[in-house]
Amino acid sequence: MLGLKNLRFLLSTWLVLFSSASFAQEWGVNMPVGVTPLSASIHSLHMAMFWVCVGIGVVVFGVMTYAIIKHRKSKGHQASNFHENTHVEIIWTVIPFIILIVMAIPATKTLIEMDNTEAADVTIKVTGYRWYWHYDYLDEELDFFSHPTTTQEEIRNLVAKNEHYNLAVDQHLVLPINKKIRFAFTSNDVIHSWWVHELGVKKDTVPGFITESWAIITEPGIYRGQCAELCGAGHAFMPIVVEAKTQEDYDAWLSEMKAPKNPS
Amino acid sequence: MSTAHDHDHAHGPSKTGILRWITTTNHKDIGTMYLIFSFVMFFIGGSLAMVIRAELFQPGMQIVPAEAFNMLTTMHGFIMIFGFIMPVFVGLANWMIPLMIGAPDMALPRVNNWSFWLLPVAGVILISTMFMQGGGPNFGWTFYAPLSTTYGPPSTDYFIFAIHIMGISSIMGSINVIVTIFNMRAPNMRLIDMPIFVWTWLITAFLIIAVMPVLAGTVTMMLTDRNFGTSFFNAAGGGDPVLFQHLFWFFGHPEVYIVILPAFGIISEVIPTFARKKLFGRTSMIYALASIAFLSFIVWAHHMFMTGLPLAASLFFMYATMLIAVPTGVKIFNWVATIFKGSMTFETPMLFSLAFVILFTIGGFTGLMLALIPSDVQYHDSYFVVGHFHYVLVPGSLFAVFAGIYYWLPKWTGYMYNETLAKFHFWISAISVNLTFFPMHFLGLAGMPRRIPDYALQFTDFNQIVSVGAFVFGAAQLIFVYIVIQTMRGKGVQATQEVWEGSHGLEWTVPSPAPYHTFTEPPTQIERH
Amino acid sequence: MNATKRKSHTRLVAILLAATFGMLLFAFAMVPLYDAFCEMTGINNKGGRVRLEAPTEIDTSRVVKIKFITHVQGDTPWEFYTKENSIEVHPGEVNKVLFYTENHTDQDKVGQFVATISPGQSDRYVKKAECFSFNKQYVDAKQTKEMSVIFFIDKDIPKDTEELILFYTLFDQTGDAK
Repeated sequence: MLGLKNLRFLLSTWLVLFSSASFAQEWGVNMPVGVTPLSASIHSLHMAMFWVCVGIGVVVFGVMTYAIIKHRKSKGHQASNFHENTHVEIIWTVIPFIILIVMAIPATKTLIEMDNTEAADVTIKVTGYRWYWHYDYLDEELDFFSHPTTTQEEIRNLVAKNEHYNLAVDQHLVLPINKKIRFAFTSNDVIHSWWVHELGVKKDTVPGFITESWAIITEPGIYRGQCAELCGAGHAFMPIVVEAKTQEDYDAWLSEMKAPKNPS
Repeated sequence: MSTAHDHDHAHGPSKTGILRWITTTNHKDIGTMYLIFSFVMFFIGGSLAMVIRAELFQPGMQIVPAEAFNMLTTMHGFIMIFGFIMPVFVGLANWMIPLMIGAPDMALPRVNNWSFWLLPVAGVILISTMFMQGGGPNFGWTFYAPLSTTYGPPSTDYFIFAIHIMGISSIMGSINVIVTIFNMRAPNMRLIDMPIFVWTWLITAFLIIAVMPVLAGTVTMMLTDRNFGTSFFNAAGGGDPVLFQHLFWFFGHPEVYIVILPAFGIISEVIPTFARKKLFGRTSMIYALASIAFLSFIVWAHHMFMTGLPLAASLFFMYATMLIAVPTGVKIFNWVATIFKGSMTFETPMLFSLAFVILFTIGGFTGLMLALIPSDVQYHDSYFVVGHFHYVLVPGSLFAVFAGIYYWLPKWTGYMYNETLAKFHFWISAISVNLTFFPMHFLGLAGMPRRIPDYALQFTDFNQIVSVGAFVFGAAQLIFVYIVIQTMRGKGVQATQEVWEGSHGLEWTVPSPAPYHTFTEPPTQIERH
Repeated sequence: MNATKRKSHTRLVAILLAATFGMLLFAFAMVPLYDAFCEMTGINNKGGRVRLEAPTEIDTSRVVKIKFITHVQGDTPWEFYTKENSIEVHPGEVNKVLFYTENHTDQDKVGQFVATISPGQSDRYVKKAECFSFNKQYVDAKQTKEMSVIFFIDKDIPKDTEELILFYTLFDQTGDAK
């Protein structure tokens, strides 16, 4: 009886692992492919490593399941005596090592790409505050704060929650598509982290120091992110909203923002 | 104390009542105290987790304000790591190392007593911070500067004090372990002949001596930054917040190996017994332990991939981190090769050990995924990481602890625990642990950050599953307490000396329960390897 | 326990305690070690404070673009800016860039400027002869202070580095006993 229970436990673990991956995609709870070349590379790397792990898991857990069913005292199986085999041990040391090298190659390539922030078209200085963001378009003499708009009433469950609960701000960071955007990050107080999921960008913002990242957004749209480094009571309540526009729309927006009747 | 004509069962404790426990220098007594202390802390830390999961059951703030929530997550982490998992392994070390090497006690029995009694003191100071003006520590168990230095509540200085005390306790305990292992083994037992559990503790003790002082230095720098005008971690004075992270993680990464290596040791003891087959590849298992320990010193910055490290450093740490998969994989394969073609029975220690092998491996897989820096851009500081480390700590370390306690409880108490109830404990724990921590991976992939008391609406469903799983898991642990107490009270079948068919090692050559003083004469029959 | 065993415990305990204190010292040594390592490999972001002689040759075959970014820490009402967002320089060419601090308060203030370079590994190629980040700066009430940085880019800077960011943060140190 115990054997069946063991088998069911193991099978259910696998099923959770496998089926979750596919219904995860449908339910939108897998990593998004995103809208930048880097977010797409990251997604591929993630899925590649995921399937490698699944493959190894199938082999290892498969052998375990077989042993648990067949090699049990209640079935009368007698224990063998072997307890070493240098040959086999070398194989299962070298093969994982090779798998690692194979995985390291695309990871290295993507990392080197991620590191190159030069030749940008637009540079934005992003500053983390407790608990909101500041954006400065360095080449444009335009800067503004971006405050969260989720109300205390929503948070305290006194009114219904907006669709973009905890993910809405008053001023979006508007950016042009198909241009290289360079981000220069710093912080006004503690370490925050600027994370926009669909752009594949995350970087810590360190007070007194500067960190960098970049992205090329390929599709117009609204992309929401959150602070990703514990920064105090408001850590959960300082979202990021990036709005990507076509070049024309972006230029129009810029003129409107810089026009005298619009104090930032 | 002992006369020249000692027999194993000659003397009991010299004092009675509370004074016995305060003054004891007996490794069995001290081991018991560590175990009881750690499980008290386990339930305190676990209760904090229950409140966290209750708050996270739905979007919106229902139960605790955000500031208090940050305190809960910080204290949960701290109490579980420093109050539970580290002391519980020290408790097992105290009970089992002398028995396994044929020694009458630990090398430094009075130091042993002090090492233990420092812990309740530190625990009281730590927990009392929650009730101080401004609340307890609320900056995560990793207490990054400047959140902890400039913005930490007044209780932070007491927090630092508690860390110092716990550090001293760990270091003294580790010195004790090393000296015991080097100097007090039975005459014919070479290092290579030692049980794997003892090997894991030897290596762990060296790790502790190497890195706990670095933590002590780091928190001292924090103390002076907060109170004496230094600027170690403050850019205004020429310092660097990222320096804090380097120092912290130089301790922090070996720390996680400190809490898993003894778990590996327990699994290597339990599986061969219940498979009735020798551990496969014993020598490689020992080399793998040493490689893992060595590698653990050179990967710390993989916790810092988003801080703006230079490219060369990033690549180095990525490769070194990936490399740890190799010796860890060897260990997993060797355990599987041990059960393969064995003759298995599935008593509770074996159930927990098999679950460990499977579920720790899953935690290892997500660790490998995290090692890839580009992917880490999306995983770092999200619930994916929370899922990863809970897999290696809960169905990892904790399950190994359960395996060890069920395995050795009959030797300690002289009675078998209730096998039916214990299996019940196992199955409810194994199922609910997956329900609790597996969906966290999806939450992270979907974009939910960690350390937040409130979240966007799309994360609700999985958070509810996680919370239900957590409540069930928490409740199931009460079954364990009941089982242990009943066994200690003698409500069970009497245990034989051997206890388990197929058990090996010196601990099974003494009676059950083990007499107060054992191996007052060193044993002569040693299994050679 | 007989006497020989006790003696060997002592020696081992002494060695382990020494190792413990050694690691404690190591933690404190990490602070200057961190700075030294970063300076040596050029991967710190803090900007070299080394006094040096003027360069001899200018590499006119290439330019490096330097972007200036400033940040005022905290909520003190003062401004800190430069009139040039970025400049293009030849490696080896000495440049002077002016920065301004405007104190809008009625109080005399003291500021500490912290300079960092991005990417971090280019730090060693930015040689500053003079920089307002080297010392505290005193800015009187309602005053606008002009400050300068005089620097050159070392001509050994790798060919593929074409852009740098020189980032300054202003910290209010008024009333701090530093």
